[in-house]
Amino acid sequence: MTQAAQGAVAPPTLTVRGLRKSFGAEEVLKGIDLTIARSELVFVLGPSGSGKSTMLRCCNRLEEPDAGEITLEGDPVTGPKVDLNRLRLRMGMVFQAFNLYPHLSALSNVTLALRKVRRLPRAKAEALGLAALDRVGLKAKAGSYPAQLSGGQQQRVAIARALALEPSVMLFDEPTSALDPELVGDVLAVMQDMKAQGMTMLVVSHEMKFARDAADRVIFMDAGRIVEEGSPEQIFEAPQHERTETFLARFSGRG
Amino acid sequence: MEAFLDTFFNGAVLARYAPSILQGVWVTVLLSVLIVISGIAGGSALACLRAYRIRLLSVLIVIYADIFRALPPLVLILLVFFGLPNIGILLSSFTVLYLILTLVLAAFAEEIVWAGITAVPKGQWEASRSTGLGFTQTLIWVVLPQAVRIVIPPLTNRAIAITKMTALGMVIGVPDILGQATTAQSFSANASPLMLAAIAYVFLFLPLVIFSRWLETRFAAPGV
Ligand SMILES: Nc1ncnc2c1ncn2[C@@H]1O[C@H](COP(=O)(O)OP(=O)(O)OP(=O)(O)O)[C@@H](O)[C@H]1O
Ligand SMILES: [Mg+2]
Repeated sequence: MTQAAQGAVAPPTLTVRGLRKSFGAEEVLKGIDLTIARSELVFVLGPSGSGKSTMLRCCNRLEEPDAGEITLEGDPVTGPKVDLNRLRLRMGMVFQAFNLYPHLSALSNVTLALRKVRRLPRAKAEALGLAALDRVGLKAKAGSYPAQLSGGQQQRVAIARALALEPSVMLFDEPTSALDPELVGDVLAVMQDMKAQGMTMLVVSHEMKFARDAADRVIFMDAGRIVEEGSPEQIFEAPQHERTETFLARFSGRG
Repeated sequence: MEAFLDTFFNGAVLARYAPSILQGVWVTVLLSVLIVISGIAGGSALACLRAYRIRLLSVLIVIYADIFRALPPLVLILLVFFGLPNIGILLSSFTVLYLILTLVLAAFAEEIVWAGITAVPKGQWEASRSTGLGFTQTLIWVVLPQAVRIVIPPLTNRAIAITKMTALGMVIGVPDILGQATTAQSFSANASPLMLAAIAYVFLFLPLVIFSRWLETRFAAPGV
């Protein structure tokens, strides 16, 4: 109601308030607060097991949060009377392992949800699917099956599969970690292009260069909490917390 | 040599009983087709129900599948055929054989299809659900098409093994191949009808066995 009173102020694309999640006795997320503005690219860093994937997966409720509130463009994502499948059309997700459907062609991978969830007729779905494949540079591979594509191509098809639904936000969980180094660039280029087109993105990744080039904000997570956040310059050049510093030092040492 | 031919390939006996054994072939084919269709459909349906992981339902399905896989089909056939009339239920021998073998095949098919469903990686479910498909839609469009590829060779083998058991119908008087042949054998006191039955079985099932071998190589390669 207050928002309506304020008139033109659009709600943030994604908000997360007090998000908690345990697996058994282990509390993996210990109260996460996060707000992502429209067209913002938020980059998430953190050691293995810090809860990055779990946080991402709670956003579209692939993982059910124990506590906390999540909204997408002002609409509740958590809570009882939520039509989750409708909401998920507005939240694209890209997985580390691509997870393309091996029995379907690239185009059919992209059009499945258009046809079965948005219930578009085949011709319309295929037009949108081809347009999405074109955006990731793979229109020519529309008829290929996942097994006939390189890892980088598969991941770009997976991105197209999410993009085709015209989501309000895209969630990336280590999209390039499973790729050979020479294939990483193509995927990052597609992501950079999406950013340039104004897509809102939440990206868990270890590609520091990409973070510097494309991120509006970098978040460092450790042991289920957001330890620190700031611009890429702030986080990479002048981290405020020792844990961030240690992590970054170890990381650059390795790379 | 003459005695051998006379016992197993007696021309007069063969000519006399060939028509009734041919009738038996149709009974066996009809039974087999019915059993395969309803057994695989039933088993697949149960496996899909189990995918919903409703506790009580899953437990019941597992109990059913385990019992029907554990018991020798002949025991079930005799139990039902000679037991049910005592409580006033009269079923033809054909119906009893059909019911029991369908239930047995469905039990095996349930386990095989369930194994296929669980063999599909979790990431496939997640990718599909993340694009807004519901549980049932994901099962139908993403998981089952992949499970089918995994499942077809073992399912074919099992279907052949169970349909061969239609020969058990002989003990309750089903006029299938073996039923006709044993009748003929006792009338003629000659083994030729049994030989004819064996030949009929080879002609019926050998193509299926070869087909299943082909399926195995066809689906052996992972991926597409
Ligand atoms: N489904 C699950 N069941 C039980 N424990 C889980 C599950 N998923 C994650 N965990 C545990 O939760 C913790 C956080 O996992 P998560 O995958 O979110 O970390 P991460 O920051 O993404 O790590 P990585 O960089 O290795 O991907 C880990 O200790 C993990 O073992
Ligand atoms: Mg992770």
